Amino acid sequence: MTRNPQLTANGELTHLLTLEGLPAAIVTHILDTAEPFVSIAEREVKKVPLLRGKAMFNLFFENSTRTRTTFEIAAKRLSADVINLNIGASSTTKGETLLDTVDNLCAMNADLFVVRHSQSGAPHLIAAHLTAKGRSHVHVVNAGDGRHAHPTQGLLDLYTIRHYKKDFRALTVAIVGDVLHSRVARSLIHGLTTMQVPRVRVIAPRTLLPTKVESLGVEVFNDMREGLSGCDVIVMLRLQNERMKGALLPSAGEYFKHYGLTGDKLALARPDAIVMHPGPMNRGVEIESPVADGARSVILPQVTFGIAVRMAVLSIVSAN
Amino acid sequence: MTPDGHLPDAEAALDAMVERMRGAVAHDAALVGIYSGGAWIAERLAARLPGAHPLGFIDVSYYRDDYALSGLKPNTRRTALPFDVSGASIVLVDDVLYTGRSVRAAINELFDFGRPERIELAVLVDRGGRELPIEATYTGVRLAVARDRSIVLSRDSGGALSLCVEPAGVVG
Repeated sequence: MTRNPQLTANGELTHLLTLEGLPAAIVTHILDTAEPFVSIAEREVKKVPLLRGKAMFNLFFENSTRTRTTFEIAAKRLSADVINLNIGASSTTKGETLLDTVDNLCAMNADLFVVRHSQSGAPHLIAAHLTAKGRSHVHVVNAGDGRHAHPTQGLLDLYTIRHYKKDFRALTVAIVGDVLHSRVARSLIHGLTTMQVPRVRVIAPRTLLPTKVESLGVEVFNDMREGLSGCDVIVMLRLQNERMKGALLPSAGEYFKHYGLTGDKLALARPDAIVMHPGPMNRGVEIESPVADGARSVILPQVTFGIAVRMAVLSIVSAN
Repeated sequence: MTPDGHLPDAEAALDAMVERMRGAVAHDAALVGIYSGGAWIAERLAARLPGAHPLGFIDVSYYRDDYALSGLKPNTRRTALPFDVSGASIVLVDDVLYTGRSVRAAINELFDFGRPERIELAVLVDRGGRELPIEATYTGVRLAVARDRSIVLSRDSGGALSLCVEPAGVVG
């Protein structure tokens, strides 16, 4: 059996590439580490010196203002230096390969790469390349690759669920929407099953579900009302507008009617159910405003926790 | 170690600390315990010293100088300083003063919350071995202990403190 590429020979996290196959003890360690980081935002100096002198490169081959910004804030709160590269507008358009870009940045003494790429597996490729070059002191964090994984989003979702629900092992969690194209959904499903959440549901039209999605250990519902019944946690996924152009969906209005989260559908879940969304949301498409802004919504706390979780990931991989 | 080879009683050392601090510590000085042993002592001091002492707790994990060597320790706690650090008179409280590195980290952390008027240091045990120019203002007891040993403070279910010696694992 080959070693999990994100772990050192001692089983410690040195890159974060995916939640699939990540041991529960490491997930718990990340969530525990994130907890005291939340309060750093309340200090007069919103910084601790843990990663002082480290250089973190945000390598975003695909746009994402929110994820890039939260990684940047996380690194700055740890006192690291952050360099944002707008790759689309630079070397790759001149023909440089991904690994040549990485080698050049290593020659500039990079310590950490945060990578967002439209191709699944790009962060794995970089991590393997660094190992092959003997650069075990340089770390890679996946900030979303293709349809594959978005592990820090999955971790911040787990953090949010644990914050409000305490114990994973008695929960029913529903993930609603475009599971087919969603790396957020994939990472969260792996995280939830690792943490032994007994009932993970996906709710979507058949056209937006991967084939054999059941093999991930989830129950499938095509009827939203049926799927929401008795849920403790509802995770709404963003409906990407470009899906409307293909033959996958008739219209945004039709989608909202069947799969949009409204107050009356939310009433079918448990009375203390929380509503989550990874953002950015399309109000009136997958979620109506009174729910998004309502008392059960924890969408903005998710963003705040996301910074603490990313601080935890950066500080853990940097030490290994 | 004391001449008879036994560690002194932690409660007696605490009594000695209280005697030295009574009358010397400002009546409104905040007591800030360094987790975890220092936090227990700060709680006890707050109950026994005259005056009204705001109580705070500090976890120096993010400010330690050995992060690059040993990483973050598990179970880091939240630093909680529920008073305005700017202008405050503060007594840092720790269980064992050894190299001085934890105290250096704690002072740095305090300054990220504001500019205190004064910081003093109160320790239950001073075991020598300093690697930094740091001394305690108030000391319960002084001990000489071999470098390959750590002094560990424990608290039982009734709240009573005790000291024991263990093979060194962590630099204090």
